[in-house]
Amino acid sequence: MKARVLISPKKGIADPQGTAVEQALHTLGFAGVRAVRVGKVIDLELPEGDHTAALAALTCMSEQLLANTVVEAYSCTILDEGA
Amino acid sequence: MRFAVAVFPGSNCDVDAYRALHDVLGRDVEYLWYRETDLSGFDGVILPGGFSYGDYLRPGAIARFAPLMEAVVRFAGRGGMVLGICNGFQLLTEAGLLPGALLRNRDLTFLCDTVPVRVENADTAFTRCCQNGQVLRLPIAHGDGNYAVDAATLAVMEQRGQVILRYCAPDGTVDEQHNPNGSVANIAGIINGQGNVAGMMPHPERAAEELLGGTNGLFILQSMVQELERRQHEASRC
Repeated sequence: MKARVLISPKKGIADPQGTAVEQALHTLGFAGVRAVRVGKVIDLELPEGDHTAALAALTCMSEQLLANTVVEAYSCTILDEGA
Repeated sequence: MRFAVAVFPGSNCDVDAYRALHDVLGRDVEYLWYRETDLSGFDGVILPGGFSYGDYLRPGAIARFAPLMEAVVRFAGRGGMVLGICNGFQLLTEAGLLPGALLRNRDLTFLCDTVPVRVENADTAFTRCCQNGQVLRLPIAHGDGNYAVDAATLAVMEQRGQVILRYCAPDGTVDEQHNPNGSVANIAGIINGQGNVAGMMPHPERAAEELLGGTNGLFILQSMVQELERRQHEASRC
């Protein structure tokens, strides 16, 4: 099944990329934009057929490798249950 | 006394570290390829700078799972001395051997410069040849050197003297104007609670000969050598 892991800087952790993008948006005229945070999207396909097992595997992957939980938060979503 | 200099795909300061320890300080040094799993016979390990695995995902995130790193974690657990420089520092935080993490530089630019850093704790195995408050001029070369750690952990680190180096003005003043990458509390180098694992963004191995523009890096490397000599001396008395 297809899945997606979203990774973003934790609350309170500096995000220099987010700050730069926010300033660029202000320059473009989007004056009210605030709290821009830049993260990562990781799409992957899993061998697991079971929704719960797939989420458990994604959590494990995120904790071990995909996210650095010292500074990043993550969330995992199953995109389709497979055909 | 034998040093191991780790070599990951993408390491690029391994030769500098070898040269500083072998040619300048006259020590026994060996390169250790990332597939190696055995550190027996080694007394100190250098995790050098570079871009291991292309910095993919995050700097150090993938190198952390290299076979050699399992050996380094065990080595550190036995009290072995490990110094991570630049990418090596990033790797040590990813591996959980040092607290915190290294984020993209505050201004998003790659920094290549020689900067003053103040020695905050000269009573460690990595800084014993320095004086408290001494200002060292050391090269930096990184895009992700912005040290981050939560406030509670930082408070404990400060209290235990685990912050060993801070970016500063040439006269030693620590302020935001002399913080090249945005690191919390101007942190340039730290040590673990046990005192045997240290990480620093500045490059001591690139400041080990006058030809390179300075020798201040030797204060750090020589401290490591002295500590290992002390350990050898103690072991031989038993």
